[in-house]
Amino acid sequence: MATTKATPKPKINLLGFEQGEYKGAPSTLCPGCGHDSISSRIVSVCFELGVQPYQVAKFSGIGCSSKTPAYFLGRSHGFNSVHGRMPSVATGAIVTNRNLVGLAVSGDGDTGSIGMGQFKHLVRRNVPMVYIVENNGVYGLTKGQFSATADIGQKLKYAGLNELPPIDLCAEAIIGGATFVARSFAGDPRQVEALLKAALSHRGLAILDIISPCVTFNNHEDSTKSYAYGKEHEERLHDMTFIRAQEEITVDYEEGEAIPVKMHDGSTIVLKKLETDYDPTNRVAALSRLDAARENQEFITGLIYVKQDNNRTIHDLLHMDEQPLSHLSADQLRPTKEALDSVLADLY
Amino acid sequence: MAVVDYQTEQQPAEIAREDVNINDFAIIVATPNGSGSQTANNTILRACFNMGIPVTGKNLFPSNIKGLPTWYSIRLSKDGYQARRHKRDVLVAMNPASFGDDLQSLEPGGICLYPDDSRQELSRSDVTYFPMPVKELVKNSGVDASLRDYIANMVYVGVLAHLLGIEVAEIESALNKHFKGKQKAIASNMNVVNAAVAWAAANITTQSPFRVERMDKTQGMIMLDGNAAGALGSVFGGVSFVAWYPITPSTSLVDALNDYLPELRINKETNKPTYAVVQAEDELAAIGMIIGAGWAGARSMTATSGPGLSLMAEFTGLAYFTEVPCVVWDVMRMGPSTGMPTRTGQTDLISAYFLSHGDTQHVCLLPSSIKECFEFGWRSFDLAERLQTIVFVLSDLDLGMNQWISEPFEYPTEPMDRGKVLDADALTAVGDWGRYRDVDGDGIPYRTLPGTNHPKAAYFTRGSGHNQDAKYTERSDEWVANLDRLARKFETARTIVPTPITVNEENATIGILSYGSNDPAIIEALDRLREANINAAYQRVRALPFTKEVGEFVAKYERIYVVDNNYNGQMAQLLRMEYPELAGRIIAVASCDGLPLTARWVTESVQKGEA
Repeated sequence: MATTKATPKPKINLLGFEQGEYKGAPSTLCPGCGHDSISSRIVSVCFELGVQPYQVAKFSGIGCSSKTPAYFLGRSHGFNSVHGRMPSVATGAIVTNRNLVGLAVSGDGDTGSIGMGQFKHLVRRNVPMVYIVENNGVYGLTKGQFSATADIGQKLKYAGLNELPPIDLCAEAIIGGATFVARSFAGDPRQVEALLKAALSHRGLAILDIISPCVTFNNHEDSTKSYAYGKEHEERLHDMTFIRAQEEITVDYEEGEAIPVKMHDGSTIVLKKLETDYDPTNRVAALSRLDAARENQEFITGLIYVKQDNNRTIHDLLHMDEQPLSHLSADQLRPTKEALDSVLADLY
Repeated sequence: MAVVDYQTEQQPAEIAREDVNINDFAIIVATPNGSGSQTANNTILRACFNMGIPVTGKNLFPSNIKGLPTWYSIRLSKDGYQARRHKRDVLVAMNPASFGDDLQSLEPGGICLYPDDSRQELSRSDVTYFPMPVKELVKNSGVDASLRDYIANMVYVGVLAHLLGIEVAEIESALNKHFKGKQKAIASNMNVVNAAVAWAAANITTQSPFRVERMDKTQGMIMLDGNAAGALGSVFGGVSFVAWYPITPSTSLVDALNDYLPELRINKETNKPTYAVVQAEDELAAIGMIIGAGWAGARSMTATSGPGLSLMAEFTGLAYFTEVPCVVWDVMRMGPSTGMPTRTGQTDLISAYFLSHGDTQHVCLLPSSIKECFEFGWRSFDLAERLQTIVFVLSDLDLGMNQWISEPFEYPTEPMDRGKVLDADALTAVGDWGRYRDVDGDGIPYRTLPGTNHPKAAYFTRGSGHNQDAKYTERSDEWVANLDRLARKFETARTIVPTPITVNEENATIGILSYGSNDPAIIEALDRLREANINAAYQRVRALPFTKEVGEFVAKYERIYVVDNNYNGQMAQLLRMEYPELAGRIIAVASCDGLPLTARWVTESVQKGEA
């Protein structure tokens, strides 16, 4: 594995903030929940990258995962909306203020069932933001029903045997036209952090499907969404290193061993190949790899698909002005009396 | 084109002037849906309007793209009445499928124009018939075969022009407006009109008992539909974000926004739009988007109708409880379910007022004219942002999709009210704030917008229980305190929503109360009732919640007739609930047949009650 030199974390970041200023309220989730680990990764990544917390807008739907935006980035506005329909709220907000850094958290129930339609349309519109699915295959708040991402043959105390095929949210995203799609594991914090950094540097919608074990309802030995299963079966497609625009690339790799992906903001992710010939910029290859993983019950993680060129975001599609709609003055909002007179002139 | 000369056989028979109905009759044009009669009908309407005659045009159409019967009714009223008229005097029967029924619907003494190749039985002897050589005139016009079906309708425009005395120059001017000056389209239509006029002049030997004559009653007036008026008002209210999903009869409201916004809301320096219109995947998403946009600081709106409103119910509760400003236009149609989607009704009054689960109640504006559609277009945003809540504007198909004449719209008389928003400077000045604190005692809290550059700006918006500082709570006292404040806010709303318009009548013994597009029928009915020695005062409610004037009006008369265009008498129900001590005097006068109310029905209903 390629590693960067370990440097002690600075006490303050580029913006002069301490890490504590990126924290949220104390979590009320079950101790050991995968979601809390992801919240911690969000805090440290935003701190490290120097993300301006006042410009972040957090979004979520309903469910355990959707509670988490209260538990990170307390200095950022957040909107905990309704079940499965956070994408629409986020779309309205991000279109209104294009300067916002959108950070959305959903779950497998929220995205894969009630929210499937909005998820697909969010992808289609390429609303620029990071969309994390904290995926545990189970409904926690209602005490243990299967979600649509549960694997065939899974067993739960409440729900018995699952005989329905799982929905693969990464495949759905790629088919829908997503330009950044990754899968990870809450028990692999290093990879989660690298992917989060890359996602925040992406121009467009970045989907992160993170398997995040539910310690209360779905962490038993034969669960494919448990910590133990993840630790044992995770197959990383590549080792990832995120390098900020300002930093020098110091990672050593042989030509052909790694793929450097240049992000829109000037940063780079170096993907050192672990699986030969996996090219995350090839959409069809990405879909076949996901399909093979499904067929062979493989738990593959990493940056599954990325497209950096010609990504038209919803702002481009709407040909919008650079000035956010939320910043328009009364004069800009209300046309003049002369303008009304001219419209009325045609109606006499 | 080929000009055909017709020989005059004899002079038209004269009708004495006192037997001629001038400017006070109704024309009904029956066509198969999708036959392109809209241009012809608008042309007649506009030409009469240009001649200074008060007119209204109503499209009665089926939920169908092509083939089913459709009707267009044009009412001319020298007295300026704009309601649907129960009588049909002049029939243009272009649809064989509905010919029999259409003919039966004519008043005795009416006239019937029909294509001369129609093989319909002319079963009534109290009607004068005018066969028109439609096929021949169209063929002779030389117009491209693919356009013949559309242009055929211009034949009845020409024949009507001759029979009724509509000025041909005004027909040309109407076509000029309709085709926005496109000469080729105007010329090919005028060719047929002129040919039809020439044919009629040469061949029609009977004079029509219905005539139009120039007046001066539309001087300085405009003509438009309510949906376009609402859209225009919204633009002058500063709408910046629109999300919507197509549904009849609200679609043309968004179409009009898409017409006006590119004209009026472009940044002149960058040549780019300073607005966004997003066609959503469904109404669930449309309302979610406008809530997100309102939360982030845009003046946001959607337009929908009954079924869409139902889909918006859950999100409406969220907007109410998280206190996010946004505006929903509900252009009402017949329900429940798909109902009769192309027919009018005031069917959503109660469902909109209480939309969502939990204890919700909403500000609803009730426009009754295109002028009010414009006014409530901009005012709804001021109310939404002042009150930090979702505001409904309840229009209906009749008001929204039909053509109405009006005085020109007034430019907004008040500066924009963006409500209680704290920016970074204000946050520094106040020091300490909480999202849901009632600082001013009016129940309206202060909010900040995401992206505000201040360490204290952020708060967490949640539909779950929250205390006055927007923190999660399940404490009963905090929950109750929040609902108490929302109730105070609703009382504040009661003092700032549009007040009713009251027409007091000397010696009035009864009151009539109504709202929305029923207004023209009631205005006319008041005159008829007066003739029958019934003096009624009239109050038109313009918003929910009821303002104090409503209670005063209900308390003033022993009998209050509440006129609704829905089955259950929804306004009457709301009044009985609001004023239980006065419930006994409230008499519901409700009709729900898919049609706009007529003065005759209102008059007879009240007379029956007074008998």
